[in-house]
Amino acid sequence: MNRWSSALPDDALVQRIGDRFGAGLQESSDFRGDLSVVLEPGALVEVANYLKSEEGFDYLLYATAVDWPAREPRFTVVWEVRSLANKTRIRIKTTAGMPDPHVPSLTSVWPAADWHERETWDLFGITFDGHPDLRRILMPQSWEGFPLRKDYVSFGEPVIFSDQKLEGLEPDAIRG
Amino acid sequence: MVKTDIAQEPIGPEHEPETEWMELNMGPHHPSTHGVLRVRLKLDGEIVRDADADIGYLHTGFEKSFEDKTYTQGITFSDRMDYLAPPINNVGFVSAVEKLIGVEVPPRAQAIRVIMMELARVASHELWLGTTGLDLGVYSGFFYAWRDRDLALDLNEAYSGVRMMTSFTRVGGVAWDLPDGWLDQLQRFIDVMPGRLDDFESMLTDNPIWHQRLEGVGVISAAEAIDAGVTGPVLRASGVNYDVRKAFPYCGYENYDFEVPVGTNGDCYDRYRMRVAEMRQSLRILQQAVDNLPSGPWITGDRKVALPPRSELSKSMEAVIHQFRLVSEGFKGPVGDVYAFVESPRGELGFYLVSDGTNKPYRMKVRPPSFCNLQALKKLVQGVLVADVIAIMGSLDFILGDCDR
Repeated sequence: MNRWSSALPDDALVQRIGDRFGAGLQESSDFRGDLSVVLEPGALVEVANYLKSEEGFDYLLYATAVDWPAREPRFTVVWEVRSLANKTRIRIKTTAGMPDPHVPSLTSVWPAADWHERETWDLFGITFDGHPDLRRILMPQSWEGFPLRKDYVSFGEPVIFSDQKLEGLEPDAIRG
Repeated sequence: MVKTDIAQEPIGPEHEPETEWMELNMGPHHPSTHGVLRVRLKLDGEIVRDADADIGYLHTGFEKSFEDKTYTQGITFSDRMDYLAPPINNVGFVSAVEKLIGVEVPPRAQAIRVIMMELARVASHELWLGTTGLDLGVYSGFFYAWRDRDLALDLNEAYSGVRMMTSFTRVGGVAWDLPDGWLDQLQRFIDVMPGRLDDFESMLTDNPIWHQRLEGVGVISAAEAIDAGVTGPVLRASGVNYDVRKAFPYCGYENYDFEVPVGTNGDCYDRYRMRVAEMRQSLRILQQAVDNLPSGPWITGDRKVALPPRSELSKSMEAVIHQFRLVSEGFKGPVGDVYAFVESPRGELGFYLVSDGTNKPYRMKVRPPSFCNLQALKKLVQGVLVADVIAIMGSLDFILGDCDR
């Protein structure tokens, strides 16, 4: 499956980031040809600037988050960028913890992150510090809660079987 | 500001009262929004000073729903996002799963996927031609475009039983082999379409009104386009030669001889030219796929991910067990995260899949090309006339189902 392999020696790139930013680079992985680096939130903007200006990662693909309720810190925030000239990709990750998850915004580096970070705020409730226009984008402005968090239940209707007693259950409680 | 004695006022442009900007709602049900989109325009007379696209009217929570369904069940969600190019979404979704679990797709299945994807590209661009023309006053073009698009939908129906929501892919291949006589029907489509495109182009390409409405309107430079994150024909019209099929070939696209049309001016007219040229290239790919269609299986023989053939069920206990396991709980993926991407008619469609080792995606993030292209609208419409906003929105070719998910 050579489609997924990268054109650049990825180890060298991770090495350069590590040499330059030291503890800012927490870990890196290469799974199925996808290179990921986990960065310390404080070093995020600096590394992003370096990746864009010196490594040629000019194109932001998306930004999103993953909710791991059992982990501490709880959220992994993900940006993926591509170098159109070198045909390489790198996934930048950082973490954000409860109760008020927030990470630096990368809109100053890649303007295309604007809507993606708004969407991540909208669906996960993660604040992006320095974002110019952080408000809901997919959900209505008046919406409460953050739908893509794991504790936000999408299908909450339990099925009551005939051997289960219904007494004491309010109709609303059945519906969940 | 109310002036009581107008006759006393000095006359001249420097003394004219400042105009106030008017806020105008375009949509959510404007015919040119192709879905449900509300754009708040700030107008200075006829000139647009600012725009804010209000999306989310078609948000259905597909990303959340993916988390509750097995990988095979998720296929039917994927084509309901971009409902004008469902086969391409099907392939994009399963290629993320295939990348995660590392399964090989047989050559025949890859060729069938290419055929279905290129048919979808032609159908989607045809629909775009028709509706964008309709927005700009080319009423007759709509009927021609719809007629030609129907030919592609007929082929969808003959293959998958459904005209739009094909759901024809399976992890490791496709669900069915091509039915008898289908390739002949496809050949008739390939033969008839170039003439139909010529007809269409004779109506538009050298039409002075079409030129006046589109040329020099909504210009975006290559650097701005990259900064704004647009892909697909919009990016290529600005002169950036980036097409996933060429840059990162998938499904055997490296074996087909085709060109990626690239524009120079980055205006609405170039985006129109890109799409027409792409349809012709798609027909080239289709012809090559028909001529060189490999024989052999259309789905992987790996029984851990693909159902055993019906005929084996009465003979083999193993097959029955595999069938039961696959239908009742599906298959599991390893822990990890992958990003797989394909070229949709609107640009790069990507799926970022996070797996925690169960039989369902832990997180499925879709990178919809419409969402990314629509982000550029704010920049494109500043300083243009209101009527040009229609042309620009049309030229971006966003599908709100894809954008909002």
